[in-house]
Amino acid sequence: MSGPAQVLDCRGQRCPLPVIALARRLPGLPVGSVLRVLADDPAAAVDIPAWCRMRGQEFVAAVPDGPGYDVRRTH
Amino acid sequence: MSPTPVYLDAATAAPLHPVARQALLAALDDGWADPARLYTQARRARQLLDAAREATAATIGVRADELSFTPSGTTAAHSAVLGGLAGRRRAGAALVHSAIEHSAVLHAAERHVAGGGTAHAVAVDRVGRLNLTCWAEAVRTPGVALAALIAASHEVGTVQPVAAAAELCAAAGVPLYVDAAQVVGRTAAPQGWSVLTASAHKWGGPPGVGLLVVRKGTRWESPWPADERESGRTPGVLNLPAVVAAAASLRAAAADAAAEAARLTPLVDRIRARVAAEVPDVEVVGDPTDRLPHLVTFSCLYVDGEALSHALDRRGFAVSSGSSCTSSTLRPSHVLEAMGVLSHGNVRVSLHRETTEADVERFLAELPGIVAGLRAEAGVVGL
Repeated sequence: MSGPAQVLDCRGQRCPLPVIALARRLPGLPVGSVLRVLADDPAAAVDIPAWCRMRGQEFVAAVPDGPGYDVRRTH
Repeated sequence: MSPTPVYLDAATAAPLHPVARQALLAALDDGWADPARLYTQARRARQLLDAAREATAATIGVRADELSFTPSGTTAAHSAVLGGLAGRRRAGAALVHSAIEHSAVLHAAERHVAGGGTAHAVAVDRVGRLNLTCWAEAVRTPGVALAALIAASHEVGTVQPVAAAAELCAAAGVPLYVDAAQVVGRTAAPQGWSVLTASAHKWGGPPGVGLLVVRKGTRWESPWPADERESGRTPGVLNLPAVVAAAASLRAAAADAAAEAARLTPLVDRIRARVAAEVPDVEVVGDPTDRLPHLVTFSCLYVDGEALSHALDRRGFAVSSGSSCTSSTLRPSHVLEAMGVLSHGNVRVSLHRETTEADVERFLAELPGIVAGLRAEAGVVGL
């Protein structure tokens, strides 16, 4: 398991902005790499995994020392 | 010219039923005295209160002496939770509840925990249905004083397996409280519970009347300071005209419930299908079939829930939203969170007896353009 390829700092942003930023950034990463989204809006904990499910991308995990979420580009 | 208003938030408050209006006006003349006093005017008020209680109890299929009126559905829910726990304090101090209870139940649970008790939330699945395996395990844990389950989700409409949950509670010797606010006056009340609550403004009655039903033999103790009214279950003099109106409108709503469910169910099906087909990147949530007849919820990707509510309001549509930006706490709806579904861009549409097919068609015709407009403004088209 490799660490995140990039970190996207969305702290201070309210949903849906962190999800929009994730959707803009992820396609720029190579398939298989992980993007870490830092987001302190509580809604991100729900909406980032939900976005991954709707888009068929992989929600890896919430970062233990968060608030952050790792997402892997699968396609 | 502003568009014709289309009210689609019956799950918050249904428009006043015409029968409620009539009964309220009549009872204002006759029902102002305190029913507890011993003079003529009080006896007249007492007759109105007794008749309202008899009618309401008969409509929901309980004994009149099991039913108390409360100053709101919220008060009824607080009484159910705190009174159910107080009555069983010798059995323990643990409350078990679903993760998707109404905030009134969760706030009562917080009060219980602040006072040294415990509360355990039982998970739901992706469509918002209680996980019965987890429920079984939770209610048979030693020390459980009360279990609480909403009859059907007020946010996503999914009907809960109350009968199965009640059997598991009975086997464990734990009384079950059912919050029936979204089903009383719309569908048959579930069975197997010990305590049940409802709220008049959900069925077309006036605001400010709740129902608290405590089955005979249930260990329940009022959590409020002593008061002799309503069998000691809820303090304070009742708003009797509103109670009379609530009872009259419940009887009318229940009489029409089957026909209304048959009319509204296909309209909700139509909303579910057309929103999913005609609005890109939308998640329609809740169980598509085992659901309330009048309620549907969906979330639009990349759209701000507050902006969507305002945009719909400008076009005349009144809807509710579970998105965090529309809540005072800035947290997403705990129901959407528990289901693990998209919480931003959320809209709850709930229909009522005045909702027409034309209302629904206009909503469906305008929604895709409203969502597209917000996405274009935010620059998120094609993401």
